[in-house]
Amino acid sequence: MSEAVKIKLSKKDLETDQDVRWCPGCGDYAILATVQRSLASLGIKRENTVFVSGIGCSSRFPYYMNTYGFHTIHGRAPTLASGLHITRPDLDVWVITGDGDGLSIGGNHMIHALRRNMDLKIILFNNQIYGLTKGQYSPTSAVGTRAPSTPTGSIDHPLNPISLVLGAGATFVARCADTDAKLLASILERAYHHKGAVLIEILQNCPVFNDGVWEGVKDDPKGRQIVLQDGKPLVFADGTKGIKLGAGLVPEIVDVVDGDTSQLVVHSEQGSPLYAHLLAGLVQPSFPMPMGVLYRTDKPTYEALANQQVTDAIAKQGKGDLGKLMSSGMVWEVCADGSRKDRS
Amino acid sequence: METKELERVVIRFTGDSGDGMQLTGGEFAKAAAEAGNDISTFPDFPAEIRAPAGSLFGVSGFQLHFSSSEIYTPGDAPDVLVCMNPAALKTNLKDLVDGGTLIVNSGAFIEANLKKAGYTENPLEGTGLQKYKVHSVDINHLTNTALDGSELTTKEKGRAKNFFALGLVFWMYGRETEAEIRRIYAQFAKKPGYGEANVKVFKAGYHYGETAEVFQTVYKVPAATFAPGLYRNITGNEAIALGLVVGAELAGKKLFYSGYPITPASSILHSLAKYKNFGTLTFQAEDEIAAIGAAIGAAYGGAIAVTASSGPGIALKGEAIGLGVMTELPLVIINVQRGGPSTGLPTKTEQSDLAQAVYGRNGESPIPVIAAKSPGDTFYCAVEAVKIATRYMCPVMLLSDGYIANGSEPWPLPDIAAIPRFDITHRTDPDGYFVYQRDPETLAREWVIPGTPGLEHRIGGIEKDALTGNISYAPENHEKQTHVRQAKIDRIAQEFGELDLYGETSGDVLVIGWGGTFGSLRQATQVLQRQGKKVTHVHLRWLSPLEPKLASVIRNFKHVMCAELNLGQLRQMIRAQYLIDVVGLNKVQGLPFMVREVTAAVDNLLSNVKASS
Repeated sequence: MSEAVKIKLSKKDLETDQDVRWCPGCGDYAILATVQRSLASLGIKRENTVFVSGIGCSSRFPYYMNTYGFHTIHGRAPTLASGLHITRPDLDVWVITGDGDGLSIGGNHMIHALRRNMDLKIILFNNQIYGLTKGQYSPTSAVGTRAPSTPTGSIDHPLNPISLVLGAGATFVARCADTDAKLLASILERAYHHKGAVLIEILQNCPVFNDGVWEGVKDDPKGRQIVLQDGKPLVFADGTKGIKLGAGLVPEIVDVVDGDTSQLVVHSEQGSPLYAHLLAGLVQPSFPMPMGVLYRTDKPTYEALANQQVTDAIAKQGKGDLGKLMSSGMVWEVCADGSRKDRS
Repeated sequence: METKELERVVIRFTGDSGDGMQLTGGEFAKAAAEAGNDISTFPDFPAEIRAPAGSLFGVSGFQLHFSSSEIYTPGDAPDVLVCMNPAALKTNLKDLVDGGTLIVNSGAFIEANLKKAGYTENPLEGTGLQKYKVHSVDINHLTNTALDGSELTTKEKGRAKNFFALGLVFWMYGRETEAEIRRIYAQFAKKPGYGEANVKVFKAGYHYGETAEVFQTVYKVPAATFAPGLYRNITGNEAIALGLVVGAELAGKKLFYSGYPITPASSILHSLAKYKNFGTLTFQAEDEIAAIGAAIGAAYGGAIAVTASSGPGIALKGEAIGLGVMTELPLVIINVQRGGPSTGLPTKTEQSDLAQAVYGRNGESPIPVIAAKSPGDTFYCAVEAVKIATRYMCPVMLLSDGYIANGSEPWPLPDIAAIPRFDITHRTDPDGYFVYQRDPETLAREWVIPGTPGLEHRIGGIEKDALTGNISYAPENHEKQTHVRQAKIDRIAQEFGELDLYGETSGDVLVIGWGGTFGSLRQATQVLQRQGKKVTHVHLRWLSPLEPKLASVIRNFKHVMCAELNLGQLRQMIRAQYLIDVVGLNKVQGLPFMVREVTAAVDNLLSNVKASS
């Protein structure tokens, strides 16, 4: 019965009594509201939901979610979330991180959590800047970003978060803008039901240190975004333009004439990793950016395999017996008369 | 043939790191334990897995002390030295006692090897070895001859030569060969050809002793007197793994262990990975930080969470340990210490991470620190660490060291049923719950785990209100929380048992030690007391909080000496705590104390007592 009864939650049930401390106008507010509304409508069990975060503006997120929450240390959220979920696979574990937290100081943990296909829902707030430490350039900042630490412009190349997480082995990869509540809600719902490593990149605006960095994408959603639909061609600008592949798999923007999309690339969420990497390569300013679910695949999760090994060991060897364990190896008895007997 | 009875023997097997000396020593130790001797072992090997053959730095050694009376250490100096090549002779001969027995594999003393060891002429041919009983045996040749007609390649045949040495010492000490032959077959069950060959060579070594008329004496070390009961041999890392499994069982909880490969801690993970049928989950993390992060996550979820490393890895875990302190979650962190700083001496022992354990984090970040005194004691320390971590809701640091981790001793099997259980229950009542409300006796907060309806709450590394757990930067609140975190750790002293004191509560010299030096210090104190000297040994099991009972005795002695394998880290703490002069006995050679080093240091102090009185 309990299976069938959906718990009725409202957005308010997922709010805490804590004042939200982000700057006015921060993109995080919109994301928080959408997450609260979506999870409420999904009928999650608050007690079985845990939000784990690292350090940074976005990582304050758990304090505002009326679920279990753990605000950890810089970059390490995936590690805590992994240990938690290996031992407690009954929980739903979400990880909140940012471009500095998740791709710089915590880059190693990010790739390994994804590689293992940990059943974690990782939401990466990408604003291309360090906000909490007052505006230094981040690993996703464009070359030439002027920041307190790079007054004459940054010189290192940004990494492409989608390429990175695909390479690492994420099994559900999606992208969305912070203010696109409708698309984000649909991604969250599908992520919630996905068993495995989820990575959702949210293009998030920092109004204080990097205002408008995604404007090229967000200002003109029709012209600068390809909203992905499984099995449908890659089109944008109200269907008047599309993406086709030229020689050497070079993507090209072409006009769609008379609704003929036959030469366009058809989106497949479960396409080859090669295709997914190709999508990841569609970045501004040369291309409109793909939004929605870029890639997904089904693979056993680390948690399931780890716990299965325990189950198998018990089935094969019987439940552990401490007495037997203590006396494994070469054991001998010293008798009361001082004589010795081999008890191995 | 004469049979001579001896009370105790120290034997050291030395050779190239590829010569199988650890195996040879380990097998001979088993035979000694089987024959009823008390034993203590000290494996000493280079960090390189296969250092260039014949090189001085590639020499690997295994020292065994076996005795008919109770012993605490692997022995100061070998009575018998087995050298498989010139480099082994060059690096170990200085330790052999005068008149000691030297068995050398003369077949390895060829020009190339002599050159690599820095010998300009063959030491077996000169007069330099006259003060020893030298047995020069061409083990290479005899091994090859024993395997005449075998299908093994010449190289494979050569690998069996350590079993010739093993057979020879089996004969010298009158050991039973049957069990050993069974063990060899079992060990090479997957490669029967090797098993057969090794047994052949082992027997050849044994028979060589019997028939070659070079050994005039065989020795007998009678069985030691042990309290009745069941025993097994155990190394520190094996015992620590057992202790963790038992600790979790006594808590009624699931064990989660995460680690990253590091010498000399890795084998704890290897052991626990085999105990899956106990419900144990092990996790080889991507790095040291991930290992402790995963452990903290598991602790948050309600598991008995453990991570282990050595000094360099513990340094990386520092920030996360602070998170454990701040969020007040139970966690056991094991440091199997090695020589430092930096990469230091990976395979050698040292006690130089004490200050790191006690102080090595940002902020006022107190944690309890317990140190194991012997291989078998790591079991009890692990159980105790689990108990304290869960009872006081804090990370606990358990210090072991390379010497304890790899050394072995006969271990009376613990009576698990006799260890009191400490079953853990988690709060489920949502009424009146506050994240940082505390148990009045232990000052611990409650361990509320996800999955509990109505108790949803948030924790984190940022300072929290002393009751509600909401973020708080209030000056008074931070001060209050800082004090209560310290007070909670101080209260752990109420769990300590009797002071481990050996000798009178007053006298001329008080020797204070901790951790793996226990055996050397206790044995040295025994030697000195038998000479009628007023010397007492106190062993500190807990280093944080510092044992309060020390106050009752520390001022009753003319001299207080703190003996440690570092430059005086505990000494500083005791000086600061008690404002008394403490002299140090300190050694940082990657080696344990010799008993004679300790007795000499105490005698030196005693001569000052005489001089001044």
